[in-house]
Amino acid sequence: MGHDSEESAATSNGGTAADGGHDISPPQGENRGDPAIEDTAAATKELGVHVEPSAPSQSSSTSRRLGDEHRPPLPPRPGTLDILKEGNHNTGGTSQRSKQSARPNLQSTATIALSRTDIHTQSYPDGSRETYAASAETTPPSKPAGVFGSIKRFKGLSGSEGGDSASVRSYAPTLEAGGDAESLLGEVLGASQEVPAWKLLSTQYEAPDPFDTFMFEDNEATVDFYREFDELRGGESGEQNEEQQLTQWQSKRKHFLILSSAGKPIYNRHGDDNLISGYIGMIQTIISFYEGANDHLKGFTAAGARFVIMSQGPLYLVAISKLGENDAQLRVQLEALYMQILSTLTLPTLTHLFANRASTDLRRPLQGTEPLLSALADTFTRGSPPTLLSALECLKVRKSQRQVINDTLLRTRCDTLLYGLIVASGRLVSVVRPRKHSLHPSDLQLIFNMLFEARGVKAGGGENWIPLCLPGFNKNGYLYMYVSFVSASEGHGEEPDDDRNETEHQDEIAVLLISANKESFYDLRTMKDTLVKELEKNDSMAIIKSAVRRGRPAATDIVPGTVLRHFLYKSRANVQFTMPSYEPHFTTLLDRRRLLSLYHTLHANVHAKNAHLKVQHCIRRESVSLAWVTPLFELYCVAGPHSTRNALAQSANKVVQWVRREEERVFIIGGAVF
Amino acid sequence: MADSAGTAPPKPSSSVKLVLLGEAAVGKSSLVLRFVNNDFQENKEPTIGAAFLTQKSHLPHRTIKFEIWDTAGQERFASLAPMYYRNAQSALVVYDLTKPTSLVKAKHWVAELQRQASPGIVIALVGNKLDLTSSSDETPETTIAASGGEEGTEGADAAEEENGDARKISTKEGREYAEEEGLLFFETSAKTGKNVQEVFTAIANAIPETQMKTTKGAGAAGGGTQSALGAERVNLNKRPEGAKEGCAC
Repeated sequence: MGHDSEESAATSNGGTAADGGHDISPPQGENRGDPAIEDTAAATKELGVHVEPSAPSQSSSTSRRLGDEHRPPLPPRPGTLDILKEGNHNTGGTSQRSKQSARPNLQSTATIALSRTDIHTQSYPDGSRETYAASAETTPPSKPAGVFGSIKRFKGLSGSEGGDSASVRSYAPTLEAGGDAESLLGEVLGASQEVPAWKLLSTQYEAPDPFDTFMFEDNEATVDFYREFDELRGGESGEQNEEQQLTQWQSKRKHFLILSSAGKPIYNRHGDDNLISGYIGMIQTIISFYEGANDHLKGFTAAGARFVIMSQGPLYLVAISKLGENDAQLRVQLEALYMQILSTLTLPTLTHLFANRASTDLRRPLQGTEPLLSALADTFTRGSPPTLLSALECLKVRKSQRQVINDTLLRTRCDTLLYGLIVASGRLVSVVRPRKHSLHPSDLQLIFNMLFEARGVKAGGGENWIPLCLPGFNKNGYLYMYVSFVSASEGHGEEPDDDRNETEHQDEIAVLLISANKESFYDLRTMKDTLVKELEKNDSMAIIKSAVRRGRPAATDIVPGTVLRHFLYKSRANVQFTMPSYEPHFTTLLDRRRLLSLYHTLHANVHAKNAHLKVQHCIRRESVSLAWVTPLFELYCVAGPHSTRNALAQSANKVVQWVRREEERVFIIGGAVF
Repeated sequence: MADSAGTAPPKPSSSVKLVLLGEAAVGKSSLVLRFVNNDFQENKEPTIGAAFLTQKSHLPHRTIKFEIWDTAGQERFASLAPMYYRNAQSALVVYDLTKPTSLVKAKHWVAELQRQASPGIVIALVGNKLDLTSSSDETPETTIAASGGEEGTEGADAAEEENGDARKISTKEGREYAEEEGLLFFETSAKTGKNVQEVFTAIANAIPETQMKTTKGAGAAGGGTQSALGAERVNLNKRPEGAKEGCAC
């Protein structure tokens, strides 16, 4: 509708985005200057193995300190090489050093050595770095022996942590200091000479978070992302084959493992049991070691991968991710996998199986569920806004049109119906439900996954009658779901795949009718026939089809001339979200994964427990982004690099205004209730 | 042959309910897909619950509309099977020629059908994945292969596998069992389409005309079966009319 007429209103309105009372025009006080320094500093940045015990207290810093207790401070190291090693084998001391201060290299305790030493920082190609001291007065830079001699002395003064010490100089490194270090280390370490001074400088500021560097800078790591979903395959036979497979297995960025507490494998995304049985055993040993101490292991980091463990009754679920999600986000994903298992078995069956025999092999009762679990896992690996936001996306339809569809559903409803849904290309069009029962987003996610991501149901071609448990609704019993697909393409056969790879399930409209009565298939089938007939008659079907074909609007259609490339807007009250098309900026799998990684970071930052963060403005080399959270909504925006903060803020405001204007179109409010 | 016969104006048309049963991954859905869409998918994902499809089959003297219940083979769905075969006039019990356990499972299904399904039910025993056996290409398996099949069970297992023959159940074994129980018997390949139409045609011919219904049976007849699934059914106590053992007819 008339964008032009609203333009002026919008700009005059710009400063008062009244919704949450949080003005988004760049207020210095509210915006945290550079999040790379301030906000992500609290994120995990240990390079070495670091275990978080689950003591109930829980600011992350205390738990980290507890973690440190597992490793007492190292004794004074006499040897020179120890210091050099330390950069790679970081110990508990490192996390202690980096966790609280925005300047990771600063040691809080001042030392006498301060006046006598220069601190130099060496960056290793792997992103870790080493700080060491050199006494400029006594030692000519070119003489390594002297350098280490001075370190020894230094250590004598400051105790065991000498190697970790830093001076004020280290925080304000200058080019000359950098150059100094370079020439020095060139001899000592044979380190790469081409590390530019600015990088030395920037490593002082940037958290050594392996994930941070992964996302937008480390292209090598993401280049082969499209192979992430390939099956492992090796040579013909023998050990070589296994070795190859193992290498491929290790190169996957994300793994999900599910095992029973007795150590029986239940599900793994990549590789077969033989290949990874060793790992399963290891994981089980690690977990049960902590369980034995009544200290539940929640997660740890090793070799650039974050391990998150969730124990659910008799099951352990493990996520291993190199994609930069934080623990809470991975936990949501594990939760979804667990829900899928419950959806297949129901909770009583699951507990019963293990109560009878702790060593039950759950794969047999779960037989046939692997494609569903894998579809979920792959969705998470690709990056999924609904999962990140725990919200649903709806098909954008006019309010009056949706009303007609709702009414039709209500009119044709049969007695045995519990929920009735119309879903188009993974987006909800309409729901009918009993007044007392609402639908849980996680349940819908399972259903959508089954219908639109796993191809099994649709490939069969007919109508389907599927017993399933919706754990959010009732995890103790089954419901029965009637599913029938209606094609939305209408002879528009060409170019569905090339042009719009946005969603492969582009042109499918599904009618889902859920009942608690397992005998009601024919009732629901009759209802569906009348429903579809009625929808055809009152043109609703055509409206849905054209809305599906239209796809999501581009960001520039929503806010003309915006710098925004993409955004996510979640309405907290409706538990729904809306977003523009990924095109034209995020067409490939990799582009989208990067975008989603950025969203994950923003989401993690504003949802960090102690953050109290309302607005975050984040500048990266590849993008400028903004997260804005109010009690009413969460908004995450991404703009191209070099966009100004003002432009971004203005666009964000306009998005909020657009959503408010279109609220009843992009969201389903209330739905049809009987 | 089915298609060419469609000339005479109004042939009597009737519907036949058919249910497919058998172990997981023997190719039930693939058989149906071949029959209904004349299509085949490698690595088809397992059926969840059951799929309902219809397909017309034109016989010389009448047209038959198959209403097919393609059930999932996994153990946990077994308790739902009665609701699919309860009113069925015919059943396809499928096993995998390359997997001995699948025949054992098939025998269980046959026994259950004979015990519980409607008395006149026509049962066809179908050994699928004929394309994986070496003798599949030329010989009309259903009539001749008895001798070739013997080798499969007796000695030559290993040798045959080297020839690319993965057959583990001889034609003779299947046929003899089928004859004992009075079943129709076929060996099929959903992949190549071999014998698939024939199975359905044979079933259509085997059903006596008196059993044909001209209208669809009201589906949910009586909630007699108490299964594990049923016992755990969600009880919507707030909306009693939606929840109880209701019989819809």
